[in-house]
Amino acid sequence: MIRIANGQGFWGDWLEAPVRLVEQGPLDYLMLDYLAEVTMSILQKQKAADPALGYARDFPPLIGRIAKRIRERRVRVLANAGGVNAIACAKEVRRLAPDLKVAVVLGDDILASLDALLAAGHQMCNMDTGAPLSTIRDRIQSANAYLGAFPIAQALATGADVIITGRCTDSALALAPMIHEFGWRETDHHLLSAGTVAGHIIECGAQCTGGNCQVDWPSIPDLANIGFPIVEMEPDGSFAVTKHPGAGGRIDTAVVKEQLLYEIGDPVRYTMADCVADFTTIQLSDDGPGRVRCTGVRGLPAPPTLKLSMSYHYGWKAIGTLVFTWPQALAKAQTADRIVRTHLDQLGLHFEKIHTEFFGVNACLGPNAPPTPDPAEVELRIGVRGPDRKAVDRFTRELIPLVLNGPPGATGYGEGRPKAREIVAYWPALIPREAIHPHVEVVE
Amino acid sequence: MKVPLSRLAHTRSGDKGDLSNIGVIAWKEDYYAILLREVTADRVKAHFGDLVRGRVERYELPNLASLNFLLYEALDGGGTISLRTDAQGKTHGASLLALEIDVRPGEL
Repeated sequence: MIRIANGQGFWGDWLEAPVRLVEQGPLDYLMLDYLAEVTMSILQKQKAADPALGYARDFPPLIGRIAKRIRERRVRVLANAGGVNAIACAKEVRRLAPDLKVAVVLGDDILASLDALLAAGHQMCNMDTGAPLSTIRDRIQSANAYLGAFPIAQALATGADVIITGRCTDSALALAPMIHEFGWRETDHHLLSAGTVAGHIIECGAQCTGGNCQVDWPSIPDLANIGFPIVEMEPDGSFAVTKHPGAGGRIDTAVVKEQLLYEIGDPVRYTMADCVADFTTIQLSDDGPGRVRCTGVRGLPAPPTLKLSMSYHYGWKAIGTLVFTWPQALAKAQTADRIVRTHLDQLGLHFEKIHTEFFGVNACLGPNAPPTPDPAEVELRIGVRGPDRKAVDRFTRELIPLVLNGPPGATGYGEGRPKAREIVAYWPALIPREAIHPHVEVVE
Repeated sequence: MKVPLSRLAHTRSGDKGDLSNIGVIAWKEDYYAILLREVTADRVKAHFGDLVRGRVERYELPNLASLNFLLYEALDGGGTISLRTDAQGKTHGASLLALEIDVRPGEL
């Protein structure tokens, strides 16, 4: 049996979680997920400005902080913190933790070879819209393939204490140690599916231990000290999901089911780089307090393609807010909205979209919001987006004047006018796996 | 008798681009049959009105006594494009808890 924990569900997750995981109990592997869909474009820009950047900068100091402990306890770390510059990330880790051996997995970043791939006939059409990549080629800011677990397992075979990858499937960070320890092969698609399901359960951190959980949420113990998840995987693909004893939160089958269904599509075909897992074969059972057992997972062989994650310049947007107070707060906010829209019309400004929400009334729930007769306050929230930065910039001047010029009782403008921000959009696509060449390097 | 979906199930929702998905999990295995009968793709589509511009698909997971709904064009472009507060569909699951369900005598 091996113990694999996840200490970071996204870049920006709780900084103390990985530290507590290595301090509060036994672990064999610690995975950390840093990359959201459009993080790569931010990292490409940072690397363009400074060739020593382009990775998750939270990661090296974390390793510095836990280096002594993971060496003593022989915990190995796997993280996709490399972003678009895994070698620079590895060098910074080596600088802060010189006693640790560090290996990187490369080959996911295809930005430099994009034209060669297009010339070779790979259209890389948008998986959602079907549009070919050529329609936005000149606006691409990052392009990466989601690598699977086998190259990461190769990196573990070097004996490295810390494995740093760029883009890979989140669950591959959990699956790689299983492949490495148990000798699972590419053809073991049921086992790979079991490992992928285990990875899916823990990849969002505490979302499977009681975080963001509807199951009698007021009674979930000690969310302030929530325990991050640990998978105890057996060589036959059966596993338990648990947390360190005494850590906060809750794990039972109802909680784990919520996470199993999180951000999945067709449950029969959960398609990853290493296999296609069938979520309708999963058997869950409660296995004592704070422990859920999972067996029976089946799956299909890996698809012939890998998924690509690309990002491109889409346009500009800005979102501004003003708060209106009781009485008639909603009517005041609605009047202010009409004034802003009238001004935008008079200025002849055109946007792809103008979107208004009345926060505190119906911002999230829309037609299903419960009635709120004469609420204490309502936040007017207006957003615009479009291709023209100047038009978006001009919009940002239109809200604050209403404090003096509009309906009574406006406040909450202390942050000043909103900023126009670039929209970097996501372009999912597929490519034959032969076109991608993962490789491993040990960084001295 | 009519009860809100929250009496029969709990939910979690999230995003993939402009699509949101809602997992609907029966509180008890017995309730799964009610979910199958009552919580159809058409009813979920109608529940969200203008918030969801595309189609709704339903998938069944009898092993988990759960349904998974995919809501297309549900997030004003999704991710970074969307101008909504809830650009990731995080609240769609909670919203669905208010869906009124017809329950037959003896089913609860």
